[in-house]
Amino acid sequence: MGDVEHIPKELKLIDESGVRLDGRRYDELRPIRIEAGVLKKADGSAYIEWGNNKVLAAVYGPREAHPRHLQDPAKALVQCRYNMAPFSVTERKRPGPDRRSVEISKVISEAFASVVFVEQFPRTSVDIFIEVLQADAGTRCAGLTAASVALADAGIPMRDLVTSCASGKIGGVVALDLNKDEDNFGEADCPMAIVPRTGEIVLLQMDGHLTVDEFERAMDLSIVATKGIYELQRDALRRRYSAMAEQAMEAPPPPPIPSELPPPPDMPEDELPEVDDL
Amino acid sequence: MTAVVISELMREHINRLAASGKRSDGRVFDEPRSLTVHKNYIKTAEGSARVQLGNTDVLVGVKIDVGEPYADTPNQGVLTTSAELIPMASPNFESGPPSPTAIELARVVDRGIRETKTVNTEKLCITPKEKVWIMFIDIHALDYDGNLFDAASYGALSALSCAIVPASKIGKADYPLPLEHWPISVTSAKIGSSIVVDPNLDEERIADARLTVTTDENGDVRAMQKGLKGSFNLEEVRGAIRTSQRVGRTLREVIQQG
Amino acid sequence: MERSAPARREVVIPGDLLDGHGLKPGSGTFNEGGRIYAARLGIVSERDGLVSVTPLSGRYIPRSQDVVIGKVMDLGPSHWLVDINSPYPAPLNAKETPWMVEFGDTERYLHVGDVLLAEIVSVDEAMRVQLSMADRQFGRLSGGQIVQISPAKVPRLIGRQGSMIGLIRDFTQVRMFVGQNGMIWLDGDADGVRHTANAIRLVEDRGHLPGLTDAVREYLERAYGRSASTPTEVDDDGRR
Repeated sequence: MGDVEHIPKELKLIDESGVRLDGRRYDELRPIRIEAGVLKKADGSAYIEWGNNKVLAAVYGPREAHPRHLQDPAKALVQCRYNMAPFSVTERKRPGPDRRSVEISKVISEAFASVVFVEQFPRTSVDIFIEVLQADAGTRCAGLTAASVALADAGIPMRDLVTSCASGKIGGVVALDLNKDEDNFGEADCPMAIVPRTGEIVLLQMDGHLTVDEFERAMDLSIVATKGIYELQRDALRRRYSAMAEQAMEAPPPPPIPSELPPPPDMPEDELPEVDDL
Repeated sequence: MTAVVISELMREHINRLAASGKRSDGRVFDEPRSLTVHKNYIKTAEGSARVQLGNTDVLVGVKIDVGEPYADTPNQGVLTTSAELIPMASPNFESGPPSPTAIELARVVDRGIRETKTVNTEKLCITPKEKVWIMFIDIHALDYDGNLFDAASYGALSALSCAIVPASKIGKADYPLPLEHWPISVTSAKIGSSIVVDPNLDEERIADARLTVTTDENGDVRAMQKGLKGSFNLEEVRGAIRTSQRVGRTLREVIQQG
Repeated sequence: MERSAPARREVVIPGDLLDGHGLKPGSGTFNEGGRIYAARLGIVSERDGLVSVTPLSGRYIPRSQDVVIGKVMDLGPSHWLVDINSPYPAPLNAKETPWMVEFGDTERYLHVGDVLLAEIVSVDEAMRVQLSMADRQFGRLSGGQIVQISPAKVPRLIGRQGSMIGLIRDFTQVRMFVGQNGMIWLDGDADGVRHTANAIRLVEDRGHLPGLTDAVREYLERAYGRSASTPTEVDDDGRR
C-alpha cells in the first residue's frame, strides 16, 4: 500500500473518542466536489476533488477502435487508461504506465463494460482517460466516480452511473474512505464500485486483513456513502446543463468568424430534407 | 500522434482569411490568445501551474529532490524536463512511449529555461560533487488546441516561479527556488505568406512552418526552434524575433503577476 | 401530438426511472423489470405512444437517409472512404456518384481532404454505412467554411419544417447546408457568415431550453436592427 516513508511507532490513526487524524469520524467521507464538462476536446469530461485528490476524467467515443484487430464485430470495447501525473505524488513518479496503473485500468474498464450498452456500437471503442493530478489515497475511486460522470456527459448510453468508494481498517476500527496516512499505516483497504440503482458490485479489491464481520461492516459503510456520492455525480451533470443555459442567456456569443466571398459551389442551393424536431 | 487529414475547404478558408489579414478566431496576426495562469495548483509538487492559452490547457509540475550533480558541474543543481502528450488532451494523441513531438516539446521548453539561466543552479548545491537539488519539470497537456510549445513554456516558468526547495527534508529551512530570469517563448506560424503568432489548432495544422523564439527580459534571444517542412527567409525570422520581444513583454507580466 | 410541458424538460441522467404511464420505451431508454429508465443523459419526450430521451450530447451515429457533410480520408480503386464525424467511416462507392468513374480512376474525381455533401443510403446491423452523392443536390463543397455543432443539436438548428434555418437565412442571406452529423457549411458575405455562426452557437449553447427561437430572433434583430420579414408561426417548442 502506497509509498511508505517512515512508520511512526505510536501514530494513533483514530483516538479513543473515535476521531481520526483529519478530524473525521469512522463513517465520514472527505469533502467531494465534482464538475462535469471541463475539457473542450474530449466528448465528455469531469473533474473531481476528493479530499486532497484531484483527478480529471475524459471520454472519447464511441470511436473507431484501434488497432483494428481489437474490434469486436458485435459490440464496443470499453477501454480505460488510468495514469498518474509524475508530480501527483510525494516521490516523483516516472511517467508512463506501471504494473499498478495497468491493473487499475483493467478493473475500471471491466466495471464500466457492465453498464455501457456496448452492443449499440459494434466495432468501436469507448475510451476513458483518468489522470490523477494530485494523489492522496483513493484515486481509483475518485477516478472511477469522475469517469462515470464523463461517460454521461459524452452521451454514452448506459444502465446507470457507477459510483465508487473505499472503506478499510485503521487502528483496529473499520472506517470509511481512508486518506494517504490511513492507507499507509492502516490494516486494510477495500475499494469498491457499485451500480447504485441495482446494488450490483462491479469493482471490488481488498488488501490487508479483515475478519468476515469487518468486511461486512466496511461494505455497509461504503454502500451508504455511495448513495451520497451518487447524488453529487447527478448534481454535477444537472449543473452542467443548466449552467450552459445561464451562460447562453448572457448571449453575445464568441468572437466573429469573418469570411470572404469565394466562388459559389457547383450545386444548387436547396433546402435539406426536413428533419423532425425534438 | 495519428495522422490528421486536413479538409481542403478549411485550408482554403484559413489561407483566404490570412491573405486578407484575418484569422479564423478574429485575432490580428500578432495577437496571442488570452493567457490565464493558476499557480500552486498541485500540493504534491514543489511548484506547479495550470495555464490556459485560449483553449489549450496545460498543467506543469515541478518536483525537487536530492540527487547527484553531473561530473562537469559539481556545484550545480540539475534541471530535467519531460512532457507527456496524454490521450486525454486530443483525439490524435496516443498512449505509449513519448513521441518525437513530445520529446521536441520538452527539449524546446527545457532549452528556453536552461539557456536563460532562469534558475540559479549554484544555489541548488548541497554538497559539491555529491548532493545537489534536482528539478524535474513535468509537462502534462490536458486539452490541446494548438501551440503547446508556448503554453508548456509559460506553464514551466510559472511553476518554477512559485516553487519551494524542500530543504527541510535535509534539516534546513525551505526556501524559494532562486529564479533570476523570465524567458518567454513566442511561436509564430507561417500560413501562405502570412505569419501569425500563437497558432490555434486549425492554423497549426495547415501551417507550412513554425518558429519558436524565446527571449529574456532584455529582449535578447535565448532559444529558437524552427519546425515543420516549410521555411522562413531571414527577414521573416527577424520579424518573428521582434514579435517575440513585443508579445513576450506583455505575457511576461501576466506570468509574473499570476 | 402532445408536446412536453416545461416541467418535463428536466434533464434526466442514465438510470433515472421514467414515468412511462402506459407508454412504451422509445429511443434513449431501456426496459428493466417492466419499468422504463433513461439510458442516456437528455430530455424526456413523449410521442406516438413512446417515452424517449432526446440526447443533449454524444457522437453522431449514422442513420439511413441522413444528409451529412464529410471529408474524404482515403481512396480505393472504386470508392472513397469518407469521415462523417462518426465512429464509422463511410465508403462512397463510385457508382453512387453522378460521374462515370472507371475502375482505378477515383483520384480524378475526389481527393483526400475534399469536403462533400452526401446522403446515407444504408446502414446495416453491423453499422456498415453506404453513402451516395448520386442525387443532384449532393456533391463536393468548395469555398465557404465549415462550422461544427453537437449532432444532438442539429434538429433544433433546423427547426420545425426548417423554421430555424429559415429565420437565420432570412436575416443573414447566407447559403447553408446542415449535415445531420453536426457539420455545417456556410457561405455568404462576411457579416452574414459571422452572424450565422453566432446564431448557430446560440443553438448549440441553449438548444435544450425553451424559447430558443425567440433568443435567436432577438440576436438577429439586434444584429441587423430590424424585425424578421416573415413571421415564424410556431415556436420551436410548439407551445405557441
